[in-house]
Amino acid sequence: MTVAVSFSGVTRHFGTVRAVDGVDLDIAEGEFFAMLGPSGSGKTTCLRLIAGFEQPTGGDIRLFGQSVRDVPPYRRAVNTVFQDYALFPHLNVLDNVAYGLMIAGKGKTERYRESEAALDLVALPGYGGRKPSELSGGQRQRVALARALVNKPRVLLLDEPLGALDLKLREQMQEELKSLQRQLCITFVFVTHDQGEALSMADRVAVFNQGRIVQVGSPEDIYYRPEVPFVADFVGSSNILPPILTGLSALAAIRPEALRLTDTGTPATVTAVNFLGAATRVALDANGSRMTALLPKGAVRPTVGASVKVSWDAADLHQMKGGA
Amino acid sequence: MRSEQAPLFLRVAAMGGLLFLHVPLLLIFVYAFTTEDKSFQWPPPGFTLKWFAAAWERPDIWEALSLSLRVATIATLIALVLGTLCAAAVSRSRFFGREVISLLVILPIALPGIITGISLRSAFNLADIPFSFWTIVLGHATFCVVVVYNNAVARFRRTSGSLVEASMDLGANSFQTFRHVILPNIATALLAGGMLAFALSFDEVIVTTFTAGQQATLPIWMLEELVRPRERPVTNVVAMVVVLVTFLPILGAYYLTRGTDTVAGSGK
Repeated sequence: MTVAVSFSGVTRHFGTVRAVDGVDLDIAEGEFFAMLGPSGSGKTTCLRLIAGFEQPTGGDIRLFGQSVRDVPPYRRAVNTVFQDYALFPHLNVLDNVAYGLMIAGKGKTERYRESEAALDLVALPGYGGRKPSELSGGQRQRVALARALVNKPRVLLLDEPLGALDLKLREQMQEELKSLQRQLCITFVFVTHDQGEALSMADRVAVFNQGRIVQVGSPEDIYYRPEVPFVADFVGSSNILPPILTGLSALAAIRPEALRLTDTGTPATVTAVNFLGAATRVALDANGSRMTALLPKGAVRPTVGASVKVSWDAADLHQMKGGA
Repeated sequence: MRSEQAPLFLRVAAMGGLLFLHVPLLLIFVYAFTTEDKSFQWPPPGFTLKWFAAAWERPDIWEALSLSLRVATIATLIALVLGTLCAAAVSRSRFFGREVISLLVILPIALPGIITGISLRSAFNLADIPFSFWTIVLGHATFCVVVVYNNAVARFRRTSGSLVEASMDLGANSFQTFRHVILPNIATALLAGGMLAFALSFDEVIVTTFTAGQQATLPIWMLEELVRPRERPVTNVVAMVVVLVTFLPILGAYYLTRGTDTVAGSGK
């Protein structure tokens, strides 16, 4: 396995702020990798470090084994899809896509042919003559994608690529990005604060918090086996149960859908009931421990204020590292 | 927005104001054609084109016109380079004293010209610099930089910073990024700023009187003609030329910057 991107002990300080604080990470070639975290967690700074827009304060970044310490952005084999797309307003779509090839010195015929092909790839054939201002948000996103891909980068960086799109378009683009990545076999690194997006698209996910990576793993690992309470809470709102309820030696995470209301078990009070269509979400308070249960359709729906008993299978509990 | 009829007295007052501003200009134009050359007599006893010929024959006018054009051109070029660089620094990066620099750059246009003139004159004297073509150019550049800076800084602010990063990301070095991305995005602003600077320099009197040696720019020449006139209507002919030379660039600048929302604002 070739390592495409490698961080070793990378820090990036802005004044007294430690935006990135000791990150170690290996991203394999051909991987679809997600950097997930709340805003200000350092994920975007990490992406900008790979692109070369930021320089690390400490540590080293390697692209395919080569340190990129003094390599400016324009000499890195990576391309970026910007959050605001950053299309050149004075150029039409075709010239936007052809920009990298023009800078690389390719002839007009050749670069236009390749750019047309890239526009075909992102399902925008025949849009070359338009100005970016005449396109919708989703179309601009595709142009930005084509403009990056036409340069055949070894790593494609995507900064919140779907953030500005509406829900339906976002789901469609998720599918397309995924199949593009499979088709082109390029390493994709994308930054998002949307856990659903990260889990559904990525091969592996790194969860960021306060400038550090708190967990790296497959979407299943992140979702079912959170190692720290932050991941359990941020990724899909797992319940965090104290040792006194579980009998384990540390905090344990459990998915809301693994909780059941039964005749025996831990006593709790119902504090809220929300009907979600396919399921019912019930908020519970078990002697000070708050938890959420997701009851399947057809289950008996409790009323707010009722005293109930909660139970779970010990196999669904996932013991976390460290303390609270 | 729906426009409604303004009250009568407002319309009369507005009309009166406009007439007060522009009728004197028309008088200058009319007197350029009068047959009477000693005093301003109304109505002019007759009309003639001979003053245009007379102006054409006068070498002192050509000299003054040429000096004014050269000064305005070079002052504008200096302003374009310095104003753009300064605007780029102020809007693209954050550094200690940024606001102060921004204020200091704008100050010359807020200062009375006579202050700028006197201080430049004493500075040139102290430094033992003889008054010449170049001292006039420097004097004019002080306020020309401001208009270029103001135009450029406004455009820079509306140009997304990620465009520069995108260009770098796509393989362009700093020079290529300037050439292919920054320049096309600020070109109309620079043209507009340059035209305004040119017009300002072309009709400048106050700073010029302090920084010029023996040379007379066109406005200075006109001032001298008023004091000791020779063929008075020739001055009016020259005045017409000055109005045209300064008015056309300003009109051009207005049209160039008016439509820029669609040029610069289309990134989003």
